[in-house]
Amino acid sequence: MEPSALPPQGGPERPRRRGRLRTLLILPLAALALAGCTVPRFGASPGATTSSKSVFHLWQGFSIGAAIIGTLVVVLIAWSVLFHRRRSEAIPRQTQYHIPLELTYTIVPILIVLGLFAATMVVENREVANPKTNVVIDVNAFQWGWKFTYPGHNVVVVGQTTQDPTMVMPVDQNVRIDLTSSDVVHGFYVHAFNFSRYALPGVLNQFTLRATSTGLFNGQCTQLCGLYHSLMFFRVRVVSAGQYQSWLASQANATAAQAAQSATSQQISSIVPTKQTKG
Amino acid sequence: MTDVLERPAPAEGHGHEAHGPTGILKWLTTTDHKVIGLSYTVTAVVMMVIGGAFAEIIRAQLASPNGTLVSLAQYNELFTMHGSVMIYLFAGPFAFGALANIIVPIQIGAPDMAFPRLNALSYWLYLTGSITMLSGFFVAGGAANFGWVAYAPLSSSVATPGSGADLWIGGLLLTGFSAIFTGVNLCATVFYLRAPGMTMFRMPIFTWNLLVTAILILLAFPVLTAGLIMLYADRHFGTHIFSVAGGGVPVLWQNIFWFWGHPEVYILALPFFGMVTEIIAVFSRKPVFGYKGMIFATLTIGALSLGVWAHHMFTTGTVLLPFFSIMSLLIAVPTGIKMFNWIGTMWRGQIWFSTAMLMAIGFLITFLVGGITGIYLASPPLDFFTHDTYFVVAHFHSVVMALVLGAMGGLYYWGPKITGYMLNERIGKAQFWFLFIGTQVFTLPMYLLGLRGMPRRMAIYPQHPSWQYLNDWATVGAIMIGVSTILFIVNIVYSWKRYPAGDNPWDGHTLEWFTTSPPPHHNFYRLPPIRSERPTWDYNHPEHRALEHGHGTPAADGSAR
Repeated sequence: MEPSALPPQGGPERPRRRGRLRTLLILPLAALALAGCTVPRFGASPGATTSSKSVFHLWQGFSIGAAIIGTLVVVLIAWSVLFHRRRSEAIPRQTQYHIPLELTYTIVPILIVLGLFAATMVVENREVANPKTNVVIDVNAFQWGWKFTYPGHNVVVVGQTTQDPTMVMPVDQNVRIDLTSSDVVHGFYVHAFNFSRYALPGVLNQFTLRATSTGLFNGQCTQLCGLYHSLMFFRVRVVSAGQYQSWLASQANATAAQAAQSATSQQISSIVPTKQTKG
Repeated sequence: MTDVLERPAPAEGHGHEAHGPTGILKWLTTTDHKVIGLSYTVTAVVMMVIGGAFAEIIRAQLASPNGTLVSLAQYNELFTMHGSVMIYLFAGPFAFGALANIIVPIQIGAPDMAFPRLNALSYWLYLTGSITMLSGFFVAGGAANFGWVAYAPLSSSVATPGSGADLWIGGLLLTGFSAIFTGVNLCATVFYLRAPGMTMFRMPIFTWNLLVTAILILLAFPVLTAGLIMLYADRHFGTHIFSVAGGGVPVLWQNIFWFWGHPEVYILALPFFGMVTEIIAVFSRKPVFGYKGMIFATLTIGALSLGVWAHHMFTTGTVLLPFFSIMSLLIAVPTGIKMFNWIGTMWRGQIWFSTAMLMAIGFLITFLVGGITGIYLASPPLDFFTHDTYFVVAHFHSVVMALVLGAMGGLYYWGPKITGYMLNERIGKAQFWFLFIGTQVFTLPMYLLGLRGMPRRMAIYPQHPSWQYLNDWATVGAIMIGVSTILFIVNIVYSWKRYPAGDNPWDGHTLEWFTTSPPPHHNFYRLPPIRSERPTWDYNHPEHRALEHGHGTPAADGSAR
C-alpha cells in the first residue's frame, strides 16, 4: 500500500447476487428487531445511527447464542462437580471415546459458527457500504485533538485537549467521513454510534454515518496516541437539515474572519500539523 | 517396546551427581533441564509479582475519575510495562520455559532436553532480556510508554525518543531468541528423545500441546524478531519502514506484530490447556476423554491461529474483513471440542477436589467467559463497537486470568514432583477462592465499562464520573487477586520442606509419576512398559485400562490400540 496512491478503504466490493440468502438471514434479524423491546439489551444500546441499530441487534443475537451455550457448559461443569465428586476409592469406568458424541460437538458448533458468520456478513456489508452522498466531512486526528473540515463550505473546526471540538452533522442523511491522521494512529470512536475506526497516517479511511436522531454525543480517541491520550475528546452534534445549513453559513463567515488574522495566530499552526497525503 | 522394569537402580554415586560444582556455581553452570526449568519458574513467578504490582497501581489510579496517584506519563509507562512483563516475561516463559522444561522430557521418558546447553542459553537470554526491559525505569525519560503492542509510528524516535523504548526493544529481542531456542529444543526433544514404546499417539496431552506450541514459536517469533530489528533501524539507522514521511507504511508494523501476536496467544494458552487436561484426568481418575480428538483440536487451533492475525486490525479499514472473521470464528470449534472433552473427562469420574483440581475447574469457567466474549470480537461489526474499549480489556483478562489459574494448578500439581514436598492444601484452597472470585469481580465490571464506552489506556476519566462505580469493583477484584498471590507466597514459606510428597501423591497417569520426587539426575532409574498414554496408571492399575471407543471392552493389550 503506497501512501501516494490511496484507495478508499471502505471494504472490498462484493457481488450483489445474494438476495435470497440475504432475505433468509434478515428474517430472523427482523423478527429480533420487532421483538426489540422484549429481548434483553445485554448491556448494549441501539444507539443513534442506522448502523448502530443493526449492530445492536447483531449484539443481541450473539448474546442469546452465548447465553444458551454458556449456560449449557456451566450446567454440565456444575453437574459433574456436584454429582461426580469422589465418594469412594472405587475406580470409575475408564471411558475414553464416544465417537458419535464427539462428532456432534464438532459439527453443531461449526453450524453455529456459520450462522454467526452469515449474520455478521449481513450487518457488515451494510455498515461498510459507502453510498453516494454530498455531505462529506474531513476528519483529521492529531496529537492531541481533532480537526473537522467541511469541503466546499470553507468551514474548519479545530480543538484539542482542553477545548473539545464539535462535529456538526445533519440527521437522516448519509454523511461520509474521510478520516486521516497527521501523526500517530488514533481511534475515531462515538459510543452512541456503536462504531470506531482507526485514523491512520498515510491512509484515507472512508465510512458513512446516518444519524437517526438529533442530539449531542460524546466521542473520544480510543487508540493510545501518547501523553494526552486520555484527554482527546470531541463531540458530535446531530441537527436537522435546516439547522445544519444555517450552521454551515454562520461558520463559513467565522472561518473567513479567522483566516484574515491567521498570520498572527502562530499558535494554531504550530500545534495543528498540515494535513498530509490525501487521495 | 522395552521392559526395563526389573533393572536394579544404579549404584549410589551415580555418574554426574557425585562430583561437579555445588551451590550457586552449580546453578550458574547447570545444563540439567530440571534446574533450568526451576530457574525459569522462579524468575517467571517473580515477573508475575512485578507485573501484578504494576496492575495494582493502575487499578488504584483508576479507583477515582481524577486519580492523582501517578501522572499521565507514568500511567502510560505502567500499563505498557504491565502488559509487557505479563505477556513477554511471565506468561510466555512460564508456559514453555518453566514447567514444560521440567515435565516434557520426563513425560516422554527422556534423560534431558535434546540440547542441554542451548537450554541453558535460553534461560540466560530470558533473564538478561527481562532485566534489560525492566531497566527502562532507571533511564532518563522512563520505561517504554507506547503500549505493549508498540504501534508505529507512536514507537518511532520522533514520538517516543527515550532510551526506555530501546531497552524494551532490546529486552524483547533477547527473550524472543530465548523462546526460539526453547522451541527448537522442545521439537528436537519430542521428535528424537522419546523412550522406546512412547509413540506419538501415546504422548501425554501436555507434551502434545508443548510440541504444537514449539512449532508455533518457530513460525511466529522470527517474524517478531525481524519486526523489532526494523523498528530499531527506523529509530536509529534512518530507515523509513514504518514512517509515512519516508515512504513507509505504519500499518505494516501492525501486520508484523499481530502475525506474531495472535499465534502468541495460543503459544501462551496451549501449554496451560495441556496442564489443565492432565490435572482434570488425574483428579477424575479417568483417561482424557477424546484423547485423539483433543490432539486434532490442538493441531487445528495451531493451524488456524496463523490465519487470524488481522482480527486485531478490523478497525484499521485495511484488511479483508470476511476472511479474518470466519477464520477467527472457526477457532471456537476446536476450542469448544476441548471444553467438551474436559467435561467428558470429569463426567462420571471420581473427582478429588485438591487445590490443583479447583484451579483447573476455575480455569474452565473463566476461560469459558473469555472464549465466548472472544467470539463477539471475531465479528467485525461487534469489533467496531467494542474495539479498544474495556470490553476488549476484560475479554483478554478473562483469558489470561484463566491461564493464571491453570498455571497455579500446574504448580500445585507438579510442585511435589519437582521439590519432593507438597504445598499446604488449606492455604491453597483459600488462595483459589481469592483468585477465582477476584478474577470475576475484576473482569465482569470491565465488560460493562466497555459497553458503556470507556476506552482502554485512560489514566483519568473526569468527564464520566458514572464510570467510577464499576471501576471500583474492578479495583476490589484486583486487590483480591493480589491477596491470592500473597497467600501463594505465604504457602511456599509455610510449607517449606514440611509435607514430604512421595513419588506418586495423586495416583498420576504419566511417566513423571513413576520416577522419584524429585527425579534423579537423568530422570529415571527404571521405566514401566509404555503401551498407552498412561503408562504409570497402567502399571499401578493393570485391570483398569482405558475402554476402547466407549464399548466396554478394555483394550486387551497395548498392541491392540
